[in-house]
Amino acid sequence: MPKVKVPKKSTAIDMTAMCDVAFLLLTFFILTSQFKPNEPLPVDTPASIVKIKLPEVDVATITVGKGKIFFSVIGQEIRSQALEHMGERYGIKFSLDEKKRFAVAQSFGVAIHKMKNYISMSEDQRNKSGFQTGIPVDSADNQLYAWIIAARQATKQVNNTDLKIAIKGDQEEEYPTIKKVIDVLQRQNINKFSLITDLKTID
Amino acid sequence: MAELDTSSGGGKEKGHKKIRSKKQSTRIDLTAMVDLAFLLITFFMLTTTLAKPQAMDLAMPDKDQKDPDAKFAVKASRTLTILIGKNDKLLWYAGEPGKSPAKLEQYGKNGIRKVLIEQNKRVIDQTKDDKKGLIVLIKPSDKSNYKNFVDILDEMKIIDIATYAVVDITGEEISMLKKENVY
Repeated sequence: MPKVKVPKKSTAIDMTAMCDVAFLLLTFFILTSQFKPNEPLPVDTPASIVKIKLPEVDVATITVGKGKIFFSVIGQEIRSQALEHMGERYGIKFSLDEKKRFAVAQSFGVAIHKMKNYISMSEDQRNKSGFQTGIPVDSADNQLYAWIIAARQATKQVNNTDLKIAIKGDQEEEYPTIKKVIDVLQRQNINKFSLITDLKTID
Repeated sequence: MAELDTSSGGGKEKGHKKIRSKKQSTRIDLTAMVDLAFLLITFFMLTTTLAKPQAMDLAMPDKDQKDPDAKFAVKASRTLTILIGKNDKLLWYAGEPGKSPAKLEQYGKNGIRKVLIEQNKRVIDQTKDDKKGLIVLIKPSDKSNYKNFVDILDEMKIIDIATYAVVDITGEEISMLKKENVY
């Protein structure tokens, strides 16, 4: 009787294809992911159950923390346009190069007369504590008001859409500072805006 | 030498002991590499979606510049006012100020949420209309912080109160907070 030989199968699987797919996906996610930009004013936002995501375009973010107010708007073209409007308003001429440098900068918290100084600095110098003291919002010289108007104009010109405003406040921030920002928005008839929050579940 | 050498390579001369290089498999164990790749994929997938901030929409009552005292009329029995004080405390009262006692309350599930659910039920029973529930007036004082403010707005979303407004606090209400030592 001949022996029936069961062919011995190797337990090793060819993983080449799997590996290919895995790395393809990995490359995709690495390239598409946007890293959290280094924030000059770190804030700890309060949590809420809201799950609506902030839109990615045409958004201006007002960061409020430690009594200071910072401002940023998304989109390079909008940023440089907004800077130009601000320059016109305050009689400061910004060169093309300065506008370019400003367009790729982060959120800022300097008065407009210090803006040239801010633009010329490197990122590390800008974020050094003490330089960015926040955008002035006193009733005599309300630059936040001007910045929001400039950003709204720029968004209208560039994308022909309305700018959405988001407030990113620190948990511990006292309400009067937030109130100041809300008042600035309401004076421009912006009665609807977003508050940026972290996610939490209903306890 | 009885065997015929069929393998390629090796020594040419017979009789000598051939130095055979060991044939190595070209297969590499990819398991660890794939593991690592998937780990990184998971990381990037999760971070890309989690990094996007959540946005809570807030609509403020329209401030009419010409007529700042213009008020919308609502039945006082449907309203509930929340005064946000310091140290994570708040005061609430139903209806008009002074008519019913203001009560001190905590945040969270067993605090203000219970009150709001009870009051909302009471109002719906009264109006016999699901859509005419409680109207909440939120009045943050100068001593409150932003977290308290967002927490209250969050409670509105949790309990599903459709009508609420953020209103400026009055002097009378500040003295109410002072009396309870939360201003």
